[in-house]
Amino acid sequence: MTFINYASREINCKIVYYGPGLCGKTTNLQYIYDSTAPTAKGKLISLATETDRTLFFDFMPLELGTVRGFKTRFHLYTVPGQVYYDASRKLILKGVDGVVFVADSQEERMDANIESLYNLEENLQTQGYDLAQLPYVLQLNKRDLPNVTPMQDLVGELQRKGEPVFEAVAMDGTGVFDTLKAVAKQVLTELRKS
Amino acid sequence: MKTVLARLCVECAARVVFLVDRDGQTIAFHGDIGDMDTTSFSSLAAGNVAATSSMANLIGEDAFPAVVHEGERESIFISIIGRSLLVVVFDKRSTVGLVKIRAKRASYEVAAILDEAVRESAYTMKNNSTFSEITDEDIDSLFS
Repeated sequence: MTFINYASREINCKIVYYGPGLCGKTTNLQYIYDSTAPTAKGKLISLATETDRTLFFDFMPLELGTVRGFKTRFHLYTVPGQVYYDASRKLILKGVDGVVFVADSQEERMDANIESLYNLEENLQTQGYDLAQLPYVLQLNKRDLPNVTPMQDLVGELQRKGEPVFEAVAMDGTGVFDTLKAVAKQVLTELRKS
Repeated sequence: MKTVLARLCVECAARVVFLVDRDGQTIAFHGDIGDMDTTSFSSLAAGNVAATSSMANLIGEDAFPAVVHEGERESIFISIIGRSLLVVVFDKRSTVGLVKIRAKRASYEVAAILDEAVRESAYTMKNNSTFSEITDEDIDSLFS
């Protein structure tokens, strides 16, 4: 739920990057972190294993400016993608305002994408959310690799509700900010409705 | 709320006292934060409590109402108050026992203030048109 602090005139929103292991969730955050002015961001916290796989979550706060006199701050989280960290994924979805599903475009990762998407829907339900009602964006990552599934096949398999879809190469930043903007806009539009 | 946190900070000789939402948002704090990244701190405190609460469930407990981390110089005490966390950062000038006693007493006041704030917030949201007036241009301007 969007957290509005009237005393300090701040709007805080939580966006979670979800997807299968090694799809590029942390790379998205790393690119945003590296490309943002120091005044607009906090530290990038990575709770990772010794081999740099996300263990609990990555987190970075990002300030985008003010709306109607309220400072808007987005709290960006990633979840650990590996199947056996499901308990952690459920926890990180608590209080979520918007979700980015990062799909790995490589042919051999299609099943992992589908499994992770089902897992997202299940875990959202556990936390009392419905994907159909939540600000949501689909990112098709790793489009620069040679063995990728055609975009229309990925969209046909993974798009759930006509959500915006972005092709991305998170390593070089392609599509990273387009994805973030799309989900942030949806979150603020929801705030307007409420 | 600031008065309660300030008094607690003095009573337990704490470095800083935070009130944090269970989703990781800082609600208020009092004390010496130095160059601490308070946003990250709150997020990690919430993650910490979420993880230990899940561990509690796995061993048949509803929750651990308080969590303590003792360091060589600085320590952290976290107490769950409904949807919020009272977090006390203290050093050797204080003790876990003192912090526990003082935090428990303060938690009743904090809970009462939060209940009142929730009621007021519902009223404010209902009668405040600030956010319904947000335009597409307002939103676009954030990304320009």
